[in-house]
Amino acid sequence: MKRLLILGAGTGGTIMANKMRKILDRDEWEITIVDQHKTHYYQPGFLFIPFGMYTRQDVVKPKTSFIPLGVNVIFQEIDRIDGASNHVILKDGISLKYDFLIVATGTRVVPDETPGLKGPLWHKSIFDFYTIEGAMALAEFFKTWPGGELVLNIADVPIKCPVAPLEFVMFADAFFVERGVRSKVNISYATPMSGAFTKPRASKVLGSLLEEKNISIIPDFYLEKVDNERKRLVSYDEREIPFDCLVTIPVHKGDAMIGRSGLGDEMDFAKAHKHTLQSDFFPNIFVIGDAGNFPTSKAGSVVHFQADVLTENLMCAIENRPFTESFDGHSNCYIETGFGKGALIDFNYDTEPLPGSFPFPGIGPFGLLKETRMNHYGKLLFRWIYWHILLKGKEMPIDSKMTMAGKKM
Amino acid sequence: MAQKIIAGITVDVNEEGYFTNPAQWTRELAKEVAKEEGIQLTDTHYAVLEFLRERFAKGENLTIRSVGNSGIIDIKGFYGLFPGAPMKKAAKVAGIPKPASCV
Repeated sequence: MKRLLILGAGTGGTIMANKMRKILDRDEWEITIVDQHKTHYYQPGFLFIPFGMYTRQDVVKPKTSFIPLGVNVIFQEIDRIDGASNHVILKDGISLKYDFLIVATGTRVVPDETPGLKGPLWHKSIFDFYTIEGAMALAEFFKTWPGGELVLNIADVPIKCPVAPLEFVMFADAFFVERGVRSKVNISYATPMSGAFTKPRASKVLGSLLEEKNISIIPDFYLEKVDNERKRLVSYDEREIPFDCLVTIPVHKGDAMIGRSGLGDEMDFAKAHKHTLQSDFFPNIFVIGDAGNFPTSKAGSVVHFQADVLTENLMCAIENRPFTESFDGHSNCYIETGFGKGALIDFNYDTEPLPGSFPFPGIGPFGLLKETRMNHYGKLLFRWIYWHILLKGKEMPIDSKMTMAGKKM
Repeated sequence: MAQKIIAGITVDVNEEGYFTNPAQWTRELAKEVAKEEGIQLTDTHYAVLEFLRERFAKGENLTIRSVGNSGIIDIKGFYGLFPGAPMKKAAKVAGIPKPASCV
């Protein structure tokens, strides 16, 4: 029996388990997936929790519901990968041999990287919404908050879902308008980047959206520490921002196991080829999604597109053929802009988000880089698609390669 | 593509003044580019520049945090060397493209 081992049963690992179990002969290949947690979180849903739009039960399901029959599941912490001997060693000392390995261990927020962030004010006046605990605590806090300085800060990039912080402040604007207290809430957006977004045209469109909503952008703010006593953010160049409520997007890192295994960069993101997805260190190790150091968004849509490429390339490696697929960095994100509207961006390594229509040129139904009601419905519909189609590795009517059709230069 | 004459040598640059061909870079040119930014280069500056050029050549992400973890200098010190926007300024002086933080 040959063995395919998948580390991580999040979006990427689950999709790959489904795809590979369909392709690999059950008499020849054993597939095993390892994860330390039993709950699958629909992470795009975390954004909706602080505003009471989703509750916990809207975003959780057991992981085992999405792993196909014929795939072994082990719930156990991973100690390290020994790439030289093709073994993965689990926390309890059990050693798993593999012929091919997929690393899908994702990324995590590490508030401890920033002095004072996880201090006395943590989950009292300082909240993250990238964890279920943080999102729930913030929902409680907002219920009775009388208003004041609301600051969203991105501690460093890369982060998961780079548009989520923008969506958060736009949701916050709508939330406080609807509650009639917007005049008592100042919203600011402090980012280490030079604008609302990294790519010029999207940054301009999104930047003016924030301006319209009276949300101030504080660019090039690189967080050094949080002063809990004086309730201030302090940057490395000694600028200060006072807050009454701080919503933080903490520093992101890959799984510490990647570092222990010597397969990552200094932030524990697994180093891999951005087109083939093969590890820089071992030819039988592949990386998918947030776990990798790929220069594209850390987002579910990217994982979904990468999964098509990885399926092809893994088969090439297994059958000893040259790689036939190349990942282009394709990313596709719905952006909630509040008041029942949304925007949509579609881009890759080389092409920045452009205006137009999607997926059908001239027709849509979704509008690129503009606010429409349809885009908002797309985002809401996506939760159903995620649970029922995407995780199960079924076909979607969107190509894994980005297309210029429908985009305006 | 634009060109610029620095210390009598013609180099290829983009509209923001970043080198488009890192191979044209020399320590002498760096000194001149730094002057335009109001920076007098020291050995520590050069160590950081070499570090960034090496990382760029290897295709690795250029981040402020990576400089902070380099062992050459901490982040605060990096701000001291290239005040304001350290990564953008350092990349310009190091003769490498402006780091596009990946979305």
